[in-house]
Amino acid sequence: MSVLIEVDQLTKSFGPFIAVDNISFSLKRGEVLGFLGPNGAGKTTTMRMITGFLSPTKGNIKVCDNDVAKYPLQIKEKIGYVPEGAPLYGEMTVLNFLKFIADVRKIPKNKIDDAIDNAINKLGLELVLYQQLETLSKGYKRRVGLSQAILHDPDVLILDEPTDGLDPNQKHEVRKLIKEMASTKAIIISTHILEEVDAVCTRAMIIAKGRMIIDKSPKELLVGSPDGSTLDDVFRNLTIGNTGENK
Amino acid sequence: MNNILSITKREINGYFATPVAYVFIVIFLIMSGLFTFYMGGFYERGQADLTSFFDWHPWLYLFLIPAISMRLWAEERRNGTIELLMTLPISTSQAVLGKFLAAWVFTAISLILTFPMWLTVNYLGDPDNGTIIASYLGSLLMAGGYLAIGSCISSLTKNQVIAFVVTIAVCFLFTVSGMPIVLNFFSGWTPQALLDTIASFSFISNFTDLTQGVIDIRNIIYFLSLISGALILNVISINSKKGL
Repeated sequence: MSVLIEVDQLTKSFGPFIAVDNISFSLKRGEVLGFLGPNGAGKTTTMRMITGFLSPTKGNIKVCDNDVAKYPLQIKEKIGYVPEGAPLYGEMTVLNFLKFIADVRKIPKNKIDDAIDNAINKLGLELVLYQQLETLSKGYKRRVGLSQAILHDPDVLILDEPTDGLDPNQKHEVRKLIKEMASTKAIIISTHILEEVDAVCTRAMIIAKGRMIIDKSPKELLVGSPDGSTLDDVFRNLTIGNTGENK
Repeated sequence: MNNILSITKREINGYFATPVAYVFIVIFLIMSGLFTFYMGGFYERGQADLTSFFDWHPWLYLFLIPAISMRLWAEERRNGTIELLMTLPISTSQAVLGKFLAAWVFTAISLILTFPMWLTVNYLGDPDNGTIIASYLGSLLMAGGYLAIGSCISSLTKNQVIAFVVTIAVCFLFTVSGMPIVLNFFSGWTPQALLDTIASFSFISNFTDLTQGVIDIRNIIYFLSLISGALILNVISINSKKGL
C-alpha cells in the first residue's frame, strides 16, 4: 500500500515553547491513526502543520509524495480537514456553504450535485439544508464540518476531535462513516476519548509535551500492562508517569 | 481568478445575509444626504453641481469604511474560520484579493445608490455630468484606498474594535496629510521635498483633483498603488502568522 503522509523530524516552537518536538511517522492508505494525548500535547499543532495552516520550525512533511512547504496548494487539494471546533461561516446556510466549498475545491460542475448529495446523505444533513449554520446545534455543526471535509473525496482526511460534542448515537454514526472510508484513505484523528481509538483506529500514537511516546496498534498498547488494564490506565501511565495510581 | 471570484461571491452574499449590508447602506445614504444639504449647503450654493456632496466623502469614509473593513480578517481569526479558509486550495493573495474586492463592490453598490442626488441636480439645473462621473470614479478609488488600509490592519488582530479604531487613526493621517495639522508638524525642520511628498499622500488632495473633472493619471496611480501596497502588506501579515 502506498504511503500518503510522511512526517520527518517535525518540530514547531512558539518562542521558547516547543509545541511539537521531533515527531516522525508515516501513514499508508487504509490506515487510521489516532492521535492521543492530554490537552496541549501538540496534536492540533501537528495537524495544522500537515494541512499547511502552520509552517514547521524544522522538519519536512510530504503528502501524496509532495512537499507541503513547496506545493501547498496541491497538498491542500488532497486533504480534507476538520479544524479544532469545526469552525464554519455562521451566516451561510448549510447548502450554500457546501456549494461554496465545492466551488473552491474545483469539483467539476456536473459532479457538484452528486458530491453534495453524497455528503448530505452520509452525515444526515437533509433536515437542515436551508438553515443558517450559526443556528445549528453543536452536533449538526460538527457534522457539517465533516461533510465539507469529505466533499471532494480526498486521499487524506485529518480530523481534529471529530466527535467532540456529539451524542452517543451521532458518535457511533461518525465512527461508522470513518470506518467505511478507511480502506481508501489515510486518516488521522485526534481525540481524547480512548474508546474511539479502540473503535476506529488501526494505529494509536500517544503524544505528550510535544513528543511522541508511543506508536502502536491499540491492542499492542495493552500488552505488557497488568491484566484488566484499560486504555485509560495505559494512557495515564504514559502521560503522567507511573505514579502508582494505576491498578 | 476563479478562486478570487468564489471568495468574493461568498463574502458579498455574507454581507447581505446579515443586517450589516442594510444598516450600512441606509446610514451611508442618510449621512451623505445630511452632509450635502445641511453642512454642504447644497441649495445655498446656488450651483448645479455635486461639490457639496463629494466634498464630504473623505470624512464619511473615514468613519464608515473602517466599519466594513474591520471584520474582513479579524472576524475570521476570532471565529477560527481562517483555518478553514487557509486550508482550502487557495493562495493567500487570492483570499486577500477576493475579500477586498467583495468589500469594494459592496461600497460601489452603496455609492451607486446615491444616484437620486445626481438625478436631483440634473432636475434642478444643468450640471457638468463628466465632472460628476469623474468624481464618482475618484470617490470609488478613494474608498478602495480606505478599504485596503483597513483590510491590512484587520489582518493584524483578532479584535474588531482594535481594527476599527486603528484603521480610523491611520486613515485619518492619510486623509489630512496635506493639511496644516500634519504639515505644520513637519515644516521648519524637514526639507521642502519631504513636505511635498507628505502632502502628496493626502487622500483629500488626490480626490479633490479628480472632482475637478480632470482625470489625472497621477491621482489614479496614487490610489491604485496605495491599494496594492496595503494589500501586499496584508498578504505578508497573514503569511507571517503561519510561521509565528
